[in-house]
Amino acid sequence: MGEEILKVEKLTVEFYGQKVVEDVNFSLKKGEVLAIVGPNGSGKSVLFRALLGLVPYSGRVTWQKGIKIGYVPQKLTVEKDFPLTAEEFMMLIGAKPKQEIERALEDVGLHKKNNGYGWLLDKKLGQLSGGQFQRLLIANSLTGRPDVLLFDEPITGIDIAGEETIYALFRKLQSSTDLTVIVISHDLNTIHDFSDFVLCLNRKQICFGRPHEVLDHKLLHHLYGEEMEHHHHDHDLSAL
Amino acid sequence: MTSFQIISAIFIGLAAGYVGSFMVLRRMALVGDALSHVALPGLAIAILLNINPFIGAFATLFIGIVSVWLIENRTELSTESLIGLIFTFSLAIGFLITPQSELLEALFGNISKISAFDAYLAVALSIVLISVMYGVSKGFILSTISPDLAKASDVKVAKLNFVFLLLVAIAVALGIKAVGSLLMGALVIIPAITSKNITSSLRGYTVASALIGLVSLLGGMAIASELHLPPGPVVILASSAIFLLSLSLTRK
Repeated sequence: MGEEILKVEKLTVEFYGQKVVEDVNFSLKKGEVLAIVGPNGSGKSVLFRALLGLVPYSGRVTWQKGIKIGYVPQKLTVEKDFPLTAEEFMMLIGAKPKQEIERALEDVGLHKKNNGYGWLLDKKLGQLSGGQFQRLLIANSLTGRPDVLLFDEPITGIDIAGEETIYALFRKLQSSTDLTVIVISHDLNTIHDFSDFVLCLNRKQICFGRPHEVLDHKLLHHLYGEEMEHHHHDHDLSAL
Repeated sequence: MTSFQIISAIFIGLAAGYVGSFMVLRRMALVGDALSHVALPGLAIAILLNINPFIGAFATLFIGIVSVWLIENRTELSTESLIGLIFTFSLAIGFLITPQSELLEALFGNISKISAFDAYLAVALSIVLISVMYGVSKGFILSTISPDLAKASDVKVAKLNFVFLLLVAIAVALGIKAVGSLLMGALVIIPAITSKNITSSLRGYTVASALIGLVSLLGGMAIASELHLPPGPVVILASSAIFLLSLSLTRK
């Protein structure tokens, strides 16, 4: 595979003297997909924020020079009456030609209706459904033509059918543009098909490697412990 | 009304309405209200030293916003409660040191006293205010929705917040001459919440808020001068009336 795009060494994040992420080490090459898994409160989102430089950390995070990072946060709450249309939102980061926005929307599975995107782009941001908003966020980060996409997968919001198209999209982008993807994943089932590497996190790094090599029952039990049951339960509910 | 008053009212109304629209999106409605009280000791000092009240008001407002900014960035204390402390403290001080004869004017404004210099200052500062706010508006909105997303997109959030507070301080200092320190908060907030009722895009919302600010201030002052009433309270009543009207037009 290609050149190294990210190297993380001894990454530790402390909040008020408490280590919430401890001694994480891994590296990633261009075009690879890394899934980060772990129970709730295991530090996944904090790790993301450290990679983005949003929280102070010790250790080293080295991105390849000149790299462009797209970020899709897990959840944004926008009030229903916040006066900002979806189109205005898409224009907040950099000016983009309309075709580029439309192509990105098409890519994330949001399609034209009556030959246009008025049904989506003229709507207030706060009035989009959870799934529509999430896709819009992904489309928004893709219009910046990132080399790396950091995707904090929502626990709910994108329906099962939708979820597949998102991952299909990542796979497509990966092969066509060599996009590197780091995803915080809540669905262990998609990891085997989709990711090249998996990093298990429970404050400390529990595993790192190819999914079929490192993800076994024993490890998952170690990782999720008691919470395993809950985790599955959550998914059953969201699938309903 | 003199032409100086009319020109001042137009520009101050536009600037207050425009900046106010962003304050409401940040849920800073009450911060703006409290912040306007900080101007009172500044006004008092300016009166005592016989200098332009705008300078006095802006000086104490500047200290006020630096305090807010430091609190936001440096401490984990609740901003809200500390703001409550700083602002009631300055209101108390201001009340004690403002000369009795000037107190009513400082609290409720008096635009009839506006000089040519005040009018030119109002026009120039309003133009700067609106231009700078427009320039930072995209980054500001993004960091309002998600500070993380903004930082990840290279928006300098802390710096931008400071610039914004500075703009708020200028807007408040400008408006105090017209409506006084007690009611200035309403002049930045009411046009914005009115506009929010009737618009759905950011562009429509901010433009309408600026225009409603203009109409409220100019209309209120005209009515007040006709009826020989103090302008400040009449301006706020006028903007409240427009707000009530907008409720009947609310788009869902």
